[in-house]
Amino acid sequence: MGMTMVEKIIAAHADKQKVSPGDILLAEVDMVLGNDITSPVAIEEFKKIGISEVFDPGRVILVPDHFTPNKDINSAQQAKILRSFAREQELEYYFEIGEMGIEHCLLPEQGLALPGEIIIGADSHTCTYGALGALGTGVGSTDMAAAMATGKAWFRVPPTIKFVYSGSLQPWVGAKDLILYTIGDIGVDGALYKSMEFTGEVIDNLSMDGRMTMSNMAIEAGGKCGLIKPDEKTQNYLKNRAIRDYTPLYSDEDAEYEKEIRYDVGKIEPQISFPHLPENTHPLSEAEGLEIDQAVIGSCTNGRIEDLRKAAEVMAGNKVRDSVRCLVFPGTQKIYQQALQEGVIETLIEAGAAVSTPTCGPCLGGHMGILAAGERAVSTTNRNFVGRMGHKESEVYLSSPAVAAAAAVKGYLVHPEEVVK
Amino acid sequence: MKLSGKVFKYGDNVDTDVIIPARFLNTSDPEKLAEHCLEDLDPEFTDRVTEGDIIVGGKNFGSGSSREHAPLAIKAAGISCVIAESFARIFYRNSINIGLPILESPEASRSIEEGQKIEVDLQEGIIKNLDGGQEYKSEKFPPFMRDIIQSGGLIEYVKREQLGRH
Ligand code: SF4
Repeated sequence: MGMTMVEKIIAAHADKQKVSPGDILLAEVDMVLGNDITSPVAIEEFKKIGISEVFDPGRVILVPDHFTPNKDINSAQQAKILRSFAREQELEYYFEIGEMGIEHCLLPEQGLALPGEIIIGADSHTCTYGALGALGTGVGSTDMAAAMATGKAWFRVPPTIKFVYSGSLQPWVGAKDLILYTIGDIGVDGALYKSMEFTGEVIDNLSMDGRMTMSNMAIEAGGKCGLIKPDEKTQNYLKNRAIRDYTPLYSDEDAEYEKEIRYDVGKIEPQISFPHLPENTHPLSEAEGLEIDQAVIGSCTNGRIEDLRKAAEVMAGNKVRDSVRCLVFPGTQKIYQQALQEGVIETLIEAGAAVSTPTCGPCLGGHMGILAAGERAVSTTNRNFVGRMGHKESEVYLSSPAVAAAAAVKGYLVHPEEVVK
Repeated sequence: MKLSGKVFKYGDNVDTDVIIPARFLNTSDPEKLAEHCLEDLDPEFTDRVTEGDIIVGGKNFGSGSSREHAPLAIKAAGISCVIAESFARIFYRNSINIGLPILESPEASRSIEEGQKIEVDLQEGIIKNLDGGQEYKSEKFPPFMRDIIQSGGLIEYVKREQLGRH
């Protein structure tokens, strides 16, 4: 009996020939990641261990992205803890304002997330790196602390659910719609403790940006990771980025899956996830006409160049409706720059969108776009929990960039084809 | 070790954003976090909770972000144990790593009601409803995790292992 990708990756890092779902073991990690919310706790815990240096200064990555540029004095203090630690430990990968980005857009772009590797991050959306065939998985601050000290973490080998997507996508339907649809189908605990493997011709045809959008939201179904087989596209993407050589690992033909779920994507419309759970997914046609106060385009789910291009395509020659605030957050400085060079930013600004430096900002109700009581946002982010973007009586509807842009123009949820005629 | 306390009962998918909203995450001081614990879900929680009380949740407790501030806030608020039908993965790890006892028991999660007094035997994984008399069993921890819990959390565990190696 063969092994699935996740089993192979864990086995390779635990010095084992074979592992099976349910096994609990200690494995080496290739990269350890933290941000300005989770790292201060981790650094404090790290100091308690009584070791003076991290296991490898080239394998600890710190990204201040949540409350930065510092939103208030407390946040400034937290960010300072990161900066001091990075200097003191001489960390190779600390990203200061000006070169930073939202961590899960930044790591792949910098070639820090590689096929076959294990990246643990004290951030739940570390699963994004599954798009590159890496076992990226979210952990807490204490795990991060222990891994900074030892280079290891404990894992329970997860069973795998295989998702197979076939057919051809309708116009204006993309990766975000596929993942929202999937979560709507299996539920927010549909892949609890499990590895999700996204396969099929539709996934093969997705761009790297699209694949990252899919893997990013595996956690919203409870998944440990959302893996996609590395292929030629992955290799091309990594060509001038990868910081070291890597060994891709693939599921065996006779690997054992817990379940296989097949979707014919041809009948999938643009999707909207209603408050207050990502699984409350509906086809856009059931939400049409719903008025919004704010449209947010960005985040680690949809803040990549392709996402910004889509938004600009919809907004070109249109104006953001008076009743709407439209906020755009490019994922990294590089993405921002590329969008500038391509004229994408100009199009968005001309339409009346406010474009920000990269930050998590409103995605987690942090800053730069908080909702008041009774306000409603459409957002390309990944969570619509109670109070996620501000007041506990505000609402977040999740969508793709094209749908969010269309809503910004019309003031209500509407199919992008109604705006781009 | 036996724990006992009165129950705060919540439903499915209690997420980390309601356990401790991001607007309070500009600090990592557990006491400060505890002041806002569960504020958006149950505004009276922090006033009513007393040392040793127990939270009983439904499915997928602790879903959402990786913020360890969530179990830290619960622990600092005085909660001695969380019982749920199931836990979100990262919350589960975090709780074990910081030494907040958690137990999975679908039966207990379904039957125990708000305000009841219950007793939990962590060693045996037995939950007793002192008001209703029923007993529920939960899955025992695998040895590796029991080791971490018995060490008093992951940091203590790592310390011990590191020292052992010298
Ligand atoms: S963009 Fe949102 S989901 Fe992504 S890392 Fe930042 S806060 Fe988390």
